[in-house]
Amino acid sequence: MASLRVLVGCKRVIDYAVKIRVRPDALGVVTDGVKHSMNPFDENAIEEAVRMKQKKLVKEIVVASCGPTQSQETIRTALAMGADRGIHVEVPKGTEESLQPLAVAKIFAKLVEKEKPDVVILGKQAIDDDSNQTTQLLAGILNWPQGTMASVVEHSDGKLKITREVDGGLEDISVNLPAVISADLRLNEPRYATLPNIMKAKKKKIEKMSPEDLGVDVSPRIKVLKVVDPPVREAGDKVPDVATLMSKLKEKGHI
Amino acid sequence: SSGINAEYGVLADTVAPHGYTVPLDLGSRGSCQIGGNLATHAGGLRVLRYGQLRASVLGMRVVLPDGGVLDSMSHMRKDNTGYDLKQLFIGSEGTLGVITDVSLLLPQQPSSVNVAMFGCSSFEKVIQTYRLARQTMGEVVSACEFLDETCMRAVNDNLSLPSPFPDRHPFYFLVETSGSNQDHDMEKLEGYVARVFEEGGADDGVLATSKDQAAKLMALRENIAPALKQLGYNYKYDVSLPIKHMYSLVEKIRAMLQSYEGCHVGSYGHIADGDLHFNPISPEFSPA
Repeated sequence: MASLRVLVGCKRVIDYAVKIRVRPDALGVVTDGVKHSMNPFDENAIEEAVRMKQKKLVKEIVVASCGPTQSQETIRTALAMGADRGIHVEVPKGTEESLQPLAVAKIFAKLVEKEKPDVVILGKQAIDDDSNQTTQLLAGILNWPQGTMASVVEHSDGKLKITREVDGGLEDISVNLPAVISADLRLNEPRYATLPNIMKAKKKKIEKMSPEDLGVDVSPRIKVLKVVDPPVREAGDKVPDVATLMSKLKEKGHI
Repeated sequence: SSGINAEYGVLADTVAPHGYTVPLDLGSRGSCQIGGNLATHAGGLRVLRYGQLRASVLGMRVVLPDGGVLDSMSHMRKDNTGYDLKQLFIGSEGTLGVITDVSLLLPQQPSSVNVAMFGCSSFEKVIQTYRLARQTMGEVVSACEFLDETCMRAVNDNLSLPSPFPDRHPFYFLVETSGSNQDHDMEKLEGYVARVFEEGGADDGVLATSKDQAAKLMALRENIAPALKQLGYNYKYDVSLPIKHMYSLVEKIRAMLQSYEGCHVGSYGHIADGDLHFNPISPEFSPA
């Protein structure tokens, strides 16, 4: 009874294995010539949607990404993993850094109006800004239930049973459809894009539009003042006995 | 142009921030030392791209058995004056002298690295897929490795490194490209892949879409030796053969060992160099 339709979001970010360098103007990190890939949490999101389709729960997977022209590559990877068609909400190159969670949530809310999915799956957070906000903001705008930090998602009778990874451990919740979910890393093991599927993905449709087409104002509400490297960790001090430890702690004003 | 005395893996990390990489790359990079690499003239994964290590040696200092020192230290790219004595020590395994200093030519670090792996139904198909790689993207290919199902199974089962494919294949072929322009390299790779499938060279294939996936694919190849160790006693052979005969040796030995219980033959290697790592394995060591 493949009846559900899923909208999945993905973001093109600097590959997580790359060593980040702060830009000379201290307003961001160097992105030119640096390897970019799909945000790891988004891989989990796509993988979950594809598995639901393989279990015949889902009829169609639409993948959407907001970003510059190169975001199309990320969408193609998602299509190669098994999504059916793509939507690219394009912003001018260089402005993607100012695209913040609230703007993205508003864009996705408009896409939900257009596509009418039963489930929206996003990655828990993007590894460049670590916000972990888009899912929650989207659920709020749509007034839909949300299952965030999902590490298990099960479907039964128009509801989703979700296990969430929270500070205290694991929390089980049940949400009615339609709902928004954010995928955590332990949700699944994302598949490789197989080469035959990469070839097929070239023929799948990617619809292009701009935030203006959707009537969304994406001007940033938060301004980045400065980006710096974290302080270098200093070497520790080894002390011979407890008395010395106490005097050193007093010296440094810790006690 | 300053001195570094280091283990191979450390050298790679030291020069990387300056935009260079090392011409040699092998599984034991974390523990092997440069002097040893030179004395044994180790090959590794990138011979097809950077040539044998000998080609990257600009200068060397060697201590001779009588205590004298042969000083061929130099940074010159090309020096055809006199006999190139330092070359004698490369591969001499310490029988002629001890290498104490070396000047190595380092290649530029590639900004665009891609890794793809294919599942093939026969060794002939592996050769076909490999040849196509040389023809269609030879300028950017930096490694071509093959492994058989015995090796893939060993890595999957004993080291918990899963196969990227849903099905099993008798052979797997891994190709890595290194270049300076991701768009160009991707275009070449896509053209190559399309032809591989059109011409039936492979039954399945995957392309790493992130550095993490690329590292995982390479890990499947680089961890074969420790994985095979867990199957039993390994008789390790490293043989050079004409490419088209590389696997016939394996098949012959496998047939001979069929009547012996618990024996495996795992083989893998640098297909471009005709270098076969051939490992018959028995449950226990037996001189017979």
